[in-house]
Amino acid sequence: MLLIRCPYCEEERPELEFRNAGEAHIARSANIAGESDDDFEKFFFIRSNPKGIIYERWRHIHGCARFFNAVRDTVTDKFVMTYKAGEPKPSKLPGAAK
Amino acid sequence: MAKAAAKTTASPSAERRPALAGRSTSATGVKVDVLAPAERMSLRAPEASLAALSKALGVTLPKQPKTSATKGGRTVLWLGPDEWLVIDEAGNDPLADCAKVTALHSAVGISHRNIGISVAGPAAEATINSGCPQDLSLDAFPVGAASRTILGKVEIVLLRTGEEAFRVECWRSFSDYVFTFLSEGARDAAG
Repeated sequence: MLLIRCPYCEEERPELEFRNAGEAHIARSANIAGESDDDFEKFFFIRSNPKGIIYERWRHIHGCARFFNAVRDTVTDKFVMTYKAGEPKPSKLPGAAK
Repeated sequence: MAKAAAKTTASPSAERRPALAGRSTSATGVKVDVLAPAERMSLRAPEASLAALSKALGVTLPKQPKTSATKGGRTVLWLGPDEWLVIDEAGNDPLADCAKVTALHSAVGISHRNIGISVAGPAAEATINSGCPQDLSLDAFPVGAASRTILGKVEIVLLRTGEEAFRVECWRSFSDYVFTFLSEGARDAAG
């Protein structure tokens, strides 16, 4: 079983306590009604779906119930790091070769 | 709020029929008992309100993850960064105590929503681990540790009350499932 570190519980917990909540760092426009259809489509539907490092939102739903962000490698399924919701995208990843 | 709460507990007109009342099962090395009804409260509050709430409740609200505090039959369990579960087994109403607090908080009575199940004995850890993926060794989950987690398919709140004793809190509608699961787990742990 995967162990995922919850930044609020400050420890690694079994994956069964967590839910994925989609890609992270997607900012909603402050003027959503003024968005063009193309821009709205990009915001609403288009996701990066990379092969490799992805930034995701996760929720410790059966634990502290908090949302947080996680950096995961989609190839190895390994979690690189997790950080609290609202914190900026980490500029440097621990042990990242790429 | 305090008055209303006091009224409902004193009223003889409503007959209370707790789920699974008095059910119990045992296997070699472990005993699973449905606990007596208790007063329970879900408490949400920001950091700034904690001192006032702790004073009103008579127990210091723990700020560390996976911890709890007990005083005078009242246990406060850390569930999240701003969320606690208060269980009072002494018959005092924590809602009434919090009603006097003016600091920002949300206190919701959930006495009848949950039931408590005690799992005790040398095989208690193995019994709960039959459906709970957390590390329950004494190093990782010491006495007094508390956490919301899962058991089989349902969410529970787990509190370690002793080296070989746990309290499992689950929603009333899931209690049949949880009790049966723990009974099976106890048999497996003993086997």
